[in-house]
Amino acid sequence: MSVRLALDIGLALLVFAVAARTIFARGAFEAVVDYVAYGLLLSIVWIRLFAVDVALTEDAIGGGVTGVLLIGAAARLRSAETVAAEETPSGSLRVFAACLCLLVTAVLAGVVLLLPDPGPTLAPQAAEHLAETGLGNPVTAVLIAYRAVDTMLEKVVLVLAVVGVWSLAPDRFWGGAPGEARAARPEPTLAFLAQVLPPLGILVGIHVFWAGANEPGGAFQGGAILAAMWLILMMARLTEAPPVGALWLRLALVAGPAVFLAFGVAGFVMASGFFSYPPGFAKPLILFIEAFMLLTIAVTLPMLVAGPPRREPRP
Amino acid sequence: MSFALDVFSIVANGAGVFFFVAGIVGLLRFPDALTRLHALTKADNLGLGLVVLGLLTRAGSLLGALKLIAIWALVQLAGATAAQLIGRAVRRKGPAV
Repeated sequence: MSVRLALDIGLALLVFAVAARTIFARGAFEAVVDYVAYGLLLSIVWIRLFAVDVALTEDAIGGGVTGVLLIGAAARLRSAETVAAEETPSGSLRVFAACLCLLVTAVLAGVVLLLPDPGPTLAPQAAEHLAETGLGNPVTAVLIAYRAVDTMLEKVVLVLAVVGVWSLAPDRFWGGAPGEARAARPEPTLAFLAQVLPPLGILVGIHVFWAGANEPGGAFQGGAILAAMWLILMMARLTEAPPVGALWLRLALVAGPAVFLAFGVAGFVMASGFFSYPPGFAKPLILFIEAFMLLTIAVTLPMLVAGPPRREPRP
Repeated sequence: MSFALDVFSIVANGAGVFFFVAGIVGLLRFPDALTRLHALTKADNLGLGLVVLGLLTRAGSLLGALKLIAIWALVQLAGATAAQLIGRAVRRKGPAV
């Protein structure tokens, strides 16, 4: 058995063990911590499968942003947790749920194992037409050129998620800012990190976006890094979440999907149809669209974490 | 020369792994949160530092080497901050049961 195979098997066992820990964790907070570790392990699995783009996304979204969201949720649910623990469903119901989960897992495993060898793939076609997009990274080409509608709709879903969070606000807070009023003194340790890290983080975020045209990376991963920088600033209480009524915030939230959709419709005039790019101009257009998506992602994710408005708007 | 670099790489990486293992042993064996934090931060600083040192000879380019050093510096910063925050929380609220 080669060293690599041994490492891969070890990694797979570790993923299973952490997944089991996540399920059997007693409290919500423990489960979230395990889930974040699970996301980080999963990104190593993606790297071993040579899917670096997916690994970056898993790290930034699965481990990072989802982790922050879930920790926030666990903290808010802490007071209700003891009540929920008393309402544990009966043994037979839990066995039934476990059986259903096992069934889904077995079906998924069966589908993967029964795939013909070599599996059905569109990879050759994607690689063949890569030159026409002017991009070097086939994943970015699939996201912004081949399956542009899907990616645009994904961003719409993100904006809808923010609308969903905001709609939890009581009427009198509508238009106000999420989160508590800014504390007089920022948390000193976190404030230090929040002052040192963002210059570097913003540079890395934009680099990941820019490099995404030709190498692993892209608007989503870069946007998540930028979002993390803003989140650190808010957590250190060096800055507050903006009021949800702010015009610049609204514009930034819809900029990505709106610009994407505008160019998609413009494809009817400039090129051969909906979401098609004029030959020769594909790459600059794609980067232009992606820049706005970067902005939208960098604003959407912190707004999801910040939660619904909890203060009355300033007159 | 390349043999010497390989030996250096292996020794540095081996030493790094030793510190990580020592850190994990500390995490599992030490009695309370603060001492466990102490064990973990040592593993992060020295262990990762030595692994990065060992990988520098294989970085291939100056830019790659600088990126490795930047990763080490960032992990130092994040690790130290997280350790401070956890330590502060433990002192304020007492150790978790």
